Amino acid sequence: MSLISLRDVQFGYGGQPILHDVSLALEQGESLGILGESGSGKSTILRLMLGLARPDQGVVEADGSVLDIRSRPRMQAHRRFVQPVFQDPYTSLDPRMKVRRILTEPHVALDLPGDAGAEAARVLDAVGLPADSLDRYPRAFSGGQRQRIAIARALIARPRVLLADEPVSALDLATKVRVIELLTELARDITLVLVSHDIAIVAALCPRMIVLQQGRIVEGGATRHILRAPQHPYTQRLLASLQHMPEETP
Amino acid sequence: MRRTSLWIGAILVGINVAVALLTLVWLPYDPTAMAGGRLQPPSWAHWAGTDRLGRDYFTQVMIGARIALTVGIGAAALGGLIGTTLGVLSAFAQRGIDDALAATLDILIAFPTLLLAMLVVAASDGASLGTAILAIGIAMSAILARLVRILTKRVLAQDYITAARCSGLGWGRIVLVHVLPNIAPTVLVAIALQFGLAVIAEASLSYLGLGAPPPNASWGQLLQSAQSTVYNAPIGVIAPGLALMALVLGINFLADGLRDLLDPERGAA
Ligand SMILES: Nc1ncnc2c1ncn2[C@@H]1O[C@H](COP(=O)(O)OP(=O)(O)O)[C@@H](O)[C@H]1O
Ligand SMILES: [Mg+2]
Repeated sequence: MSLISLRDVQFGYGGQPILHDVSLALEQGESLGILGESGSGKSTILRLMLGLARPDQGVVEADGSVLDIRSRPRMQAHRRFVQPVFQDPYTSLDPRMKVRRILTEPHVALDLPGDAGAEAARVLDAVGLPADSLDRYPRAFSGGQRQRIAIARALIARPRVLLADEPVSALDLATKVRVIELLTELARDITLVLVSHDIAIVAALCPRMIVLQQGRIVEGGATRHILRAPQHPYTQRLLASLQHMPEETP
Repeated sequence: MRRTSLWIGAILVGINVAVALLTLVWLPYDPTAMAGGRLQPPSWAHWAGTDRLGRDYFTQVMIGARIALTVGIGAAALGGLIGTTLGVLSAFAQRGIDDALAATLDILIAFPTLLLAMLVVAASDGASLGTAILAIGIAMSAILARLVRILTKRVLAQDYITAARCSGLGWGRIVLVHVLPNIAPTVLVAIALQFGLAVIAEASLSYLGLGAPPPNASWGQLLQSAQSTVYNAPIGVIAPGLALMALVLGINFLADGLRDLLDPERGAA
């Protein structure tokens, strides 16, 4: 059974269609890469998976049942099941909260088991930050460190799935490498959905991938196969252009 | 530099607050009784001279401080509460409702406070401190609501709000723990500036007879009664004028200093 799946999903913002006939399934332990140009609908797919929006047609299934975003208990369970990490570490942490508060917020709101303080220390350690970070504000940290804090917050709920939307594209090269190492380590226990422009990152982290063009999945399957022999002309063009700019940031 | 403005502001406003509190327990003279000759110039006995009826003028200026602060605080509290509530709600409202609210606020902002005050007075039992506070508070709330709406929208677009939703927080809690603390510095500074404008607005309303009636005369009313004798006794205009200026200047300095102090990039870590 898949962890999360989208079946025949159509979605639009205010009548403007964005996603067309999107079907995909995330299998346990098989991290999924989503590749596509800016505006192709990658983040929108993640929003649907998070239950932040409802498909106009089709269904999202998670943890074995259809996701009804109007049901509060269902959503509380879903929040423990899947957690996000965003692209920009400068807007993903509340500047007015200390790291301790940022990390304990989901613990309290989701009514998670265990001591909130101890759990905060656990996830901080898991992302490789010193324990004294708890009493600092986000402004005391670099972009890479902030992204680690954001990842730590996602880990508090011990989710089965981590949705990472361009998690390293705002970081400089050296930091990028270290955050990818962290994600690689995490991916041993948590299944990732990774949105990225960088084909090298998808190749390193995701055994499976899909290619999105203007809200449609034009290609999907094992990452190795797609990279070696892309079938769709759009994928071929995308790969060709990406290979010219391996360090591209959006 | 910013520290200085905070200090100057704190001292000027502090003096006003101290005087206002003092008037509650002690006054140099009975404000309604004749205390000396008419229209006397300043002397040791009467620091700001006496008015047309021979009442001590300094006593009246002191009471004016209390009126000014009462109106300022009342209007700021009313305007801040209504403005923040409306602003946050409108940031959450659906497109159509939000647009309608924004248009209403624009009209209300363009609507002269004076006219609003006249309407409020007409709708109640005549001019009082309460009508002045109500009129100024309503005018202030429109300006603050527009600001709060924009600030709230900006905060709601941040990823930490999405993260909070994914952490299981409801919208009410998000407003309380994420939105309000993040918009507070800017809103507080705006309220402080509006406070200064409220004091001036009250003076204008009183000047036109739309403020608190005597004997709780405000500075605006003192200015108005003193204008006919301005050549014989200029102190009648100078004293309340200076007091008004000092308070408004002090509040503006304070707001300026506060803006810096509350800046998240510079505040205490
Ligand atoms: N809140 C929104 N309201 C209206 N249109 C949106 C909104 N969010 C995204 N879009 C539009 O949806 C399309 C897909 O956006 P997105 O999923 O963010 O793409 P990607 O992540 O691939 O860059 C874009 O054309 C974007 O302009
Ligand atoms: Mg995106």
